[in-house]
Amino acid sequence: MAVALILLLVAIGSVLFHIYSPWWWTPIATNWAYIDHTINITFWITGFVFVAVIAFMAYCVFRFHHKEGRRADYNPENKKLEWWLSVGTGVGVAAMLAPGLVVWHQFVTVPADATEVEVMGQQWQWSFRLPGKDGRLGTSDVRNIAADNPMGLNRDDAHAQDDVVIENGDLHLQVGKPVKVLLRSVDVLHDFYVPEFRAKMDMVPGMVTYFWITPIRTGTFDVLCAELCGAAHYQMRAKVIVDEEREYHAWLEQQKTFAELSSAKAIVKATYQSGGK
Amino acid sequence: MVDIPYEGIEGIPPAEVPDVELYHPRSWWTRYVFSQDAKVIAIQYSLTASAIGLVALVLSWLMRLQLGFPGTFSFIDANQYLQFITMHGMIMVIYLLTALFLGGFGNYLIPLMVGARDMVFPYVNMLSYWVYLLAVLVLASTFFVPGGPTGAGWTLYPPQAILSGTPGQDWGIILMMSSLILFIIGFTMGGLNYVVTVLQARTRGMTLMRLPLTVWGIFTATVMALLAFPALFVASVMLLLDRLLGTSFFMPSLVEMGTLSKYGGGSPLLFQHLFWFFGHPEVYIVALPAFGIVSDLISTHARKNIFGYRMMVWAIVAIGALSFIVWAHHMYVSGMFPQFGYFFATTTLIIAIPTAIKVYNWVLTLWRGDIHLRVPMLFALGFIITFVNGGLTGLFLGNVVVDVPLSDTMFVVAHFHMVMGVAPIMVVLGAIYHWYPKVTGRMLNDALGKFHFWVTFLGAYLIFFPMHYLGLLGVPRRYFELGDAAFIPTSAHSLNAFISVVALTVGFSQMVFLFNLAWSLFKGEASGGNPWRATTLEWQTPETPPGHGNWGKELPIVYRWAYDYSVPGAAEDFIPQNQPPRATQLIQGAAS
Repeated sequence: MAVALILLLVAIGSVLFHIYSPWWWTPIATNWAYIDHTINITFWITGFVFVAVIAFMAYCVFRFHHKEGRRADYNPENKKLEWWLSVGTGVGVAAMLAPGLVVWHQFVTVPADATEVEVMGQQWQWSFRLPGKDGRLGTSDVRNIAADNPMGLNRDDAHAQDDVVIENGDLHLQVGKPVKVLLRSVDVLHDFYVPEFRAKMDMVPGMVTYFWITPIRTGTFDVLCAELCGAAHYQMRAKVIVDEEREYHAWLEQQKTFAELSSAKAIVKATYQSGGK
Repeated sequence: MVDIPYEGIEGIPPAEVPDVELYHPRSWWTRYVFSQDAKVIAIQYSLTASAIGLVALVLSWLMRLQLGFPGTFSFIDANQYLQFITMHGMIMVIYLLTALFLGGFGNYLIPLMVGARDMVFPYVNMLSYWVYLLAVLVLASTFFVPGGPTGAGWTLYPPQAILSGTPGQDWGIILMMSSLILFIIGFTMGGLNYVVTVLQARTRGMTLMRLPLTVWGIFTATVMALLAFPALFVASVMLLLDRLLGTSFFMPSLVEMGTLSKYGGGSPLLFQHLFWFFGHPEVYIVALPAFGIVSDLISTHARKNIFGYRMMVWAIVAIGALSFIVWAHHMYVSGMFPQFGYFFATTTLIIAIPTAIKVYNWVLTLWRGDIHLRVPMLFALGFIITFVNGGLTGLFLGNVVVDVPLSDTMFVVAHFHMVMGVAPIMVVLGAIYHWYPKVTGRMLNDALGKFHFWVTFLGAYLIFFPMHYLGLLGVPRRYFELGDAAFIPTSAHSLNAFISVVALTVGFSQMVFLFNLAWSLFKGEASGGNPWRATTLEWQTPETPPGHGNWGKELPIVYRWAYDYSVPGAAEDFIPQNQPPRATQLIQGAAS
């Protein structure tokens, strides 16, 4: 029976495609292997249901397709069966939801020892900021943005002066150190997206959003924008480099602070603007 | 138990149904153009929706040309690509699927299936179509205005939707919001009609629990739409004000192309909440009519009652209600309050239970049936596969933390195309093959229908199933070009090219269907009034196609539920809803 066979082949083909597909997630680079595990659990459960339903359907088509003289059963309800199926479905759903919620709890609970870095999105480039020697990021506001202050840092905030500002460069992170990535946009929605990190979050003007990760392997990773941000959305790229401790510090030494970047001209201007907050 | 009154019609008083106050057309114009007959309005809705739907289909070809063969087609630039995806999405979701299921199938089937002469407010019903047509024309006009249509994505998220970095910022976005506002006004006029007709104009004996599931699906979807569309209406008005008057409902202080804008104090997330408060129910506004219709297709062509009718009705109602408290699962990575994740993941996964029940009951209806593999049944089977597939991938995206890596990737694109694109369109096509004989009095060509089914079903599956794996790999959506990215292997580009070739093939195969529709109108085999030997009232009309007022002199009286197929002891394998118990022929020798 051709139709039943094709239906069955769709199910079998899907499973085979899943097993042999060369397209699979990127090798993970952070602590979020939990997310991959939850996806795997979900694949097992949903895969089982998919094959079971399609196979049952194909069997029905094979066994009960119209022949001369066949007459269907009259069978409006079967309460017991319907309840069993509902309960079974509920169990399957719980088996996916429970680990999902546990991992979500970890995802939204930032460890106390996480250091902060800031990523700022604007059409269509990325900027980064690291806290200076004081270990704190200074305040910022889009109203402070000027040619010599593209991230809109608050010049009157002492914590801002020693912040390391990276314009048009790459972000480096230290392997093994938990980091809270603070996300900010000055124009439209963006989304800081590194596939190998698994974590991502939108950047919303007027808000500071975040996620946290612990990089677990060194390497260079592509940064893409994952939230439509206008004409050049697809070209908004940067790189994140995860270093060993020594390379990381060597890189950090070479970066300029906000104070260093502010030229003499900018200082004059800052004095002029000091009526601001 | 299901109520099947075999005896006791003495309790039902004789039919005494005066002619209701229908507007009788006096000229060609009021009969075919400014018609107040729900059946004509249904056809007007369907043709308009299909016409704009063909535009969306062509846009999808252009998108696939670009995605499959980047750099090859110089007439597609990055701005146009964004305009294509935006218009494709908006047209398919709202102007095609919503309008076709509710305005098209709703108008045609509700009065016939509940045994009414027409919708209860025929004049408002007519206005509904003309306002809808205006909305479609305003939408289509954006292709011809300076700057072209908006390229903000169908979700129209501010701030970018109204800022200068996005194509269509001049006229496109203004006309888009205006068109949506018009659509909602038009829909509300039609929607009130559908709800009141189902509640007030059912014929004698047609209790709510005897309604065909098609009516339950369309009815519940309409109630939901009446509750959900106001959120989009409000969001559209506010966004229009932000754009035109410089208010800041959704606009915080921000920099526009290097200079500080005049905006300040608004919230981009507020728009997203309003949009998805509409947007998630919208998924079910499209899905529930499909659920209802496919139940009737399966039951009719398997010659078997739908399994678990009451559970099916409650599942529709439960899905409708639950779908109003899951909206923020579209916003897990939006930056909203993180603790929302627990609540919305839980509600979202709970909705899987009534949805799964529906799937079980469809396949259990096939069990020990007498399955006629006619074209409508084939499409119903295709629907089950694509819907199960798309529904199950929804469990990934609904489960908050699993959504984090997958959101905004091609996995999402594949998921929603499978579940609310391919699956409902399978039902639309099956339904057209099923009801075309009632609308025209002629059958569609069977061989062309089967060809159309296999190419469409297998092709659509080949397009969207592998696409999930691009998303799993991390390929982002809404990208004009993937460009250089170390994690994307060349094989992924080959897969994209393959998908494009299949998509174009499936697209062109729809021409076979259009040919079939046109050809069969004149040359199709005469169908008679009830070619599928179905039980529901629309097949029992005195004329085919049904005349104005549907029922001739007397309205039908309903004696039984909609699913009396293969009743034990009955000679025929179906008993129409309006057949009196005494008139049922029994198998010789069977006890009465």
